[in-house]
Amino acid sequence: MKHLLSTKQLNREQAIELLDESQQISKLNEESTRKFPTLQGKTVVTLFFENSTRTRISFELAAKRLSADVINFSAESSAISKGENLKDTAQTLEALGADALIMRNPASGAAHTLADNQWTTASVVNAGDGTNQHPTQALLDALTMRQGFGLPTGAGLDGKRVLIVGDIVHSRVARSNLDLLVTLGAEVDFAGPGSFAPGSQFANLDEALETKPDVVMMLRVQKERMNQPLIPSDKEYSKLWGLSEARVTSIPEALILHPGPMNRGLEISSFAAESSNSMVLKQVKNGLAVRMAVLSKVLGGRSATV
Amino acid sequence: MKTVLSESDIARTIRRMAHEILERNSEPFLLLGIPTRGVSIANLIHQNLESISPGFSQLGQLDIGLYRDDLDKRPAKAIAETFIPGSVDDKQIVLVDDVLFSGRTIRAALDALSSFGRPAGVQLAVLIDRGHRQLPIRADFVGKNIPTSLTEKVSVKIQDVDGENTVVID
Repeated sequence: MKHLLSTKQLNREQAIELLDESQQISKLNEESTRKFPTLQGKTVVTLFFENSTRTRISFELAAKRLSADVINFSAESSAISKGENLKDTAQTLEALGADALIMRNPASGAAHTLADNQWTTASVVNAGDGTNQHPTQALLDALTMRQGFGLPTGAGLDGKRVLIVGDIVHSRVARSNLDLLVTLGAEVDFAGPGSFAPGSQFANLDEALETKPDVVMMLRVQKERMNQPLIPSDKEYSKLWGLSEARVTSIPEALILHPGPMNRGLEISSFAAESSNSMVLKQVKNGLAVRMAVLSKVLGGRSATV
Repeated sequence: MKTVLSESDIARTIRRMAHEILERNSEPFLLLGIPTRGVSIANLIHQNLESISPGFSQLGQLDIGLYRDDLDKRPAKAIAETFIPGSVDDKQIVLVDDVLFSGRTIRAALDALSSFGRPAGVQLAVLIDRGHRQLPIRADFVGKNIPTSLTEKVSVKIQDVDGENTVVID
């Protein structure tokens, strides 16, 4: 696997192998914060054209735990603000010896463009492209679910029912999760107001929760992606679609996931975020393990294939 | 294709190795198999050890996927489980692998081991030593020495991974 651009590229076997490796790494990470020499002498660049703290930090830490050299490249403080295009940026970074480019970009398809056009021989890892894909997020979510259900390595998520709630239309998290979860054998349902989840069969979150999903994944209301207001008010959204204390109590068995950062009091209540079924911090921990697994995977066997 | 060890040869060889390991070690020790087949062989050795001297040795496994130095040359091997009962500090460790070849796997295992602590000593047991070392590494316990050419391929098959116990050369 040279690049990780989308969860669509993973078949079931590849997806489970990545989850299994991530599981072993997460176990090692629990025991200590030791470094591994795996990527010694490799240079990994985080190329972020969009603000992000947690994803960038997670990738940076993952690369450092594997002993790679890490360069952070953010759009505001770089030549991008002087008008340099993506191709020139990528080629400049490659000339400096970058082995992997971890890119977040507001344009859907940007990671594919970078990988498919032979602009660079570096491995490309998509860290979020517009409203399209965010594959490491989906992998860490699937790993968190598998752990939450106590499933062993080698297992998929067969027959598990996952309800994704919120701004589906603008969510790369929802899209990557849908592809991966279906590959792993889970059933996925969406809920949200018509402007967020067109075609959803539920009028509010209570109705959706009556289907007794095994997992409820709350998405952040992404105001920065709305060109015009898509919800009448925060208060109404919270009332109809927020994961309130009463709603959490009605699904005592379900795992609660949120990709973060959370808008407490809007899509998720503090009670839900801190309940015993909340996997939010587990997701963050798993994010590190998944990104370590992905980096060692895409950078493995490079001179054999090139 | 030539069979060099049959099922009964393997059973006998492993029994002998278990005795040799016990003979060398008067203090309790920890067997660490290297995935994939080193784990199976460590298991078999441990079963023999248990029948001779119950409770004297412990069993674990040590994955080296994150410690290889040839990441560029071959596709990354899947990272497997590491399980070490207790700590490795001040213990005698017996590393177990199926085939000793270049010695690079064992070098990686020594690196991995030292990141877990400081063992009192490290020994190496392998079912097959096929020669062609690229590093100054040798085994303390060898099931069978098989002189090979570099073009030959030695495959060890073990019940719990491959469904049979046999060693063949292609």
